[in-house]
Amino acid sequence: MNVLRDRLFGLLFAIAVLTGAGWVHAAGLSEAVAHFTQDDYSATSDGIAAVNDSGDPRAVAIVEALQDGRLLFSAAAKTVVVKDRAGALTDAVTGMPVATPPADLSPVRLNNRLRRTVAAALGSLTLMSPDSLRRYEAAQAVFKSRDAGALETVEAALAKETDGRIKQALSEARAAILLVKGDAAEAAQLDAVNVIRARGDQDALALLSAVPASAPASVKQLADGAIASIRRDLEVWAGVQNAWYGLSLGSVLLLAAIGLAITFGVMGVINMAHGEMVMLGAYVTFMVQEVIRTSYPGLFDVSLLIAVPLAFVLTGIVGIAIERSVIRFLYGRPLETLLATWGISLILQQAVRTTFGPTNREVGAPSWMSGAFEIGRITITYNRLWIICFTLIVFFVLLAMLRFTRLGLEMRAVTQNRHMAASMGIRTHRIDALTFGLGSGIAGIAGVALSQIDNVSPNLGQGYIIDSFMVVVFGGVGNLWGTLVGAFTLGIANKFLEPFAGAVLGKIAILVLIILFIQKRPRGLFALKGRAVEA
Amino acid sequence: MSNSPLIRALDRGGIAFLVILAIVGAAVTLANLMLPPTSPLHVPTYLVALLGKYVCYALLALSIDLIWGYCGILSLGHGAFFALGGYAMGMYLMRQIGTRGVYADPIRPDFMVFLNWPELPVYWYGFQHFPYALLMVLLVPGLLAFVFGWFAFRSRVTGVYLSIITQAMTFALMLGFFRNNFGFGGNNGLTDFKDILGFNVQAQGTRAGLFVASCVALGLGFLLCRTIVNSKFGLVLIAIRDAEARARFLGYRVEAYKLTVFTLSACMAGVAGALYVPQVGIINPSEFAPANSVEAVIWVAVGGRGTLVGAVVGAILVNYAKTVFTTGALAPYWLFMLGGLFVIVTLLLPRGIVGTIGDWTERWRKRETAAAAAAEPSPAE
Repeated sequence: MNVLRDRLFGLLFAIAVLTGAGWVHAAGLSEAVAHFTQDDYSATSDGIAAVNDSGDPRAVAIVEALQDGRLLFSAAAKTVVVKDRAGALTDAVTGMPVATPPADLSPVRLNNRLRRTVAAALGSLTLMSPDSLRRYEAAQAVFKSRDAGALETVEAALAKETDGRIKQALSEARAAILLVKGDAAEAAQLDAVNVIRARGDQDALALLSAVPASAPASVKQLADGAIASIRRDLEVWAGVQNAWYGLSLGSVLLLAAIGLAITFGVMGVINMAHGEMVMLGAYVTFMVQEVIRTSYPGLFDVSLLIAVPLAFVLTGIVGIAIERSVIRFLYGRPLETLLATWGISLILQQAVRTTFGPTNREVGAPSWMSGAFEIGRITITYNRLWIICFTLIVFFVLLAMLRFTRLGLEMRAVTQNRHMAASMGIRTHRIDALTFGLGSGIAGIAGVALSQIDNVSPNLGQGYIIDSFMVVVFGGVGNLWGTLVGAFTLGIANKFLEPFAGAVLGKIAILVLIILFIQKRPRGLFALKGRAVEA
Repeated sequence: MSNSPLIRALDRGGIAFLVILAIVGAAVTLANLMLPPTSPLHVPTYLVALLGKYVCYALLALSIDLIWGYCGILSLGHGAFFALGGYAMGMYLMRQIGTRGVYADPIRPDFMVFLNWPELPVYWYGFQHFPYALLMVLLVPGLLAFVFGWFAFRSRVTGVYLSIITQAMTFALMLGFFRNNFGFGGNNGLTDFKDILGFNVQAQGTRAGLFVASCVALGLGFLLCRTIVNSKFGLVLIAIRDAEARARFLGYRVEAYKLTVFTLSACMAGVAGALYVPQVGIINPSEFAPANSVEAVIWVAVGGRGTLVGAVVGAILVNYAKTVFTTGALAPYWLFMLGGLFVIVTLLLPRGIVGTIGDWTERWRKRETAAAAAAEPSPAE
């Protein structure tokens, strides 16, 4: 009870100062509402204060109605009714529906001074609301409006608040008011600057820039220092955000390019159908999800885990088939390989288009991939985070496979010296087919991941083919680490260029830079040295 | 027999090609203009425009064959030069619209009025003059090719690397031309043309005139390419194609040769684009799409690279097939056919149609001479 009285005292004091209406006694809601029937601005002002003061749960609804012009009164019947947003009428005092509305209903009129009173009353009503979310929002609203009239209420609310987050918001709101008010004590203003500085976002920056010229020199100085430090902080965070986006883009590029790094980098085969392998992988995901949706809905969360091995096997088989039927006849004729695989890409695209239709197919996200969380000032979505993890896993597994398995050993042997490898008893044709299948399979699992962030359509692969080639060529052929560095460099460079140049110009700039870079280092960032180069 | 490359260019095959081109060109034009529409031999105007389009594609294919067939440079970005030439012509045609546009602005094309551009950008100056536009048709693609080639060939970017960066070049240009603030009409491109040199572009006579001009350009282009490949310069190109390092060690400045022929080829592609635009009535950024450039390469491969005539034959055949198959019930299968064509030609017909026929006649002639030599007892006996 004590608490309530204190709270009411603070509220009343605030309203009294604000409206200049003087002291108004606590009164019942019906007496308070009666003020609105007089059609007089100062009576309305008293009415607002009285409603505010009543502590009645319907007070908020009445003041809100007043703000929106939905509070109607009848001078003859001396009744006040609230029209809700749907147009239904209820008695302001009792909350009962009004069956026969009086004939002379008209809205309670407001002038600008009253509108401010209403807003402040609403602010204080909500600042005291038992609902913590409303209190928080109200505190944020006061921070934005910096309404000097709300200061007492905010302080009263601050004294009562127990929720740490709301307390923080309220103290920031208080600091905001103190800073722009001008006549506050210097020490209080200095404190306020520190509170705002701790907030450290764009709003804080705007607020500190709005410190009036009349403020004491020490406050101005502290505020300027705070502005500089917030700017620095924000720049750092913007950089971190860009770096994160860049990492995310880089991981997508790496995922798309890593299979190409095998076929192009290790085998020297230009596979223009690589993008279509990615597309096939995405469609495998779609089909897996379709089956799960219709037959085993409970398995939806693991749909991607099922799709990954399936996509790897399926696209791997397609890759081996392509290698056996077309590419093996074209070794040593890279330009012809390029054209033939381009033809294969057209066929695959059209095959998917005739089977699944030309429109986008919907691939859903499992629950563990949707949503986001915040670190500092950046938002990180789970799907991007998982894609980065997945990419790195794929990369290192592949690296380990090339390094530690027999197949990897034979692949490297064939790459380095085909004839010598053959003389040592390695079946080079089999290795060729398996290598190509491996590269294609990895493209397929890239498709599973990319189905989460891109449209699954027959054109999916086309969007990645040029970028993937750029990554492989930039990173250096025949070197997986080069591909890793190339992908992340291009991703991050792209995202850092975007704020200056815009998305499209940024991409053009990157392409031009790569074209220039290739002139400078025709064999890429991590060039192979020695005899392998001319082979 | 003279040693001048021009004379050598006009061997039997060359003359035969030019004669056929002249006869077809004249016959189509006359059948369109002279014969009444009721006549069974009358060629309708839409067909003239379609054939004109094929001829432009043939010129583009010729320019690709010159560098790919004779110098081993596989450009997957020749569509960019074609489109740039087209844009230069499109800019001239846009300026000719004058006050007949939707917004009736005498200077600015419609899209600039629509985008609230206060005045014509500087790079649009001068395009109201036809000779200036023609100069740009040659100069813009040529300059781009020169700058691009200067960097690429000097740093010895060859083979597939060159192919990939030419593809990136046309891709970058496409992205750029799609932007409205590039000043070339964004994704709508340039269209709604009215006049060329004072003649209505839609009129039957103009269409026929453009067709004739395209045939003449193709004939001149063929003659030029034939002259080049039969000259000493052309022999060096072939040497570079077959053994670049050896040609360099023999003292030839490989970069200079490649740069020259690449630039020349880009200019030819530009001319093809410039003739193409008034006949189809539109130029937009999708012409820069990498797929278009790759498709142009397959025309050459189908016809036979390194034969010149083959490029023309391939371009016309593939595009005729495209017209037939994309309009009928077979439309969904066209990409299968095109894709299959890529695979089959590279696997089974690496010399192309004309090249394979050439091989056959060669073999047949050899057998003839061998048979003749066997039949006749040697005089030394």
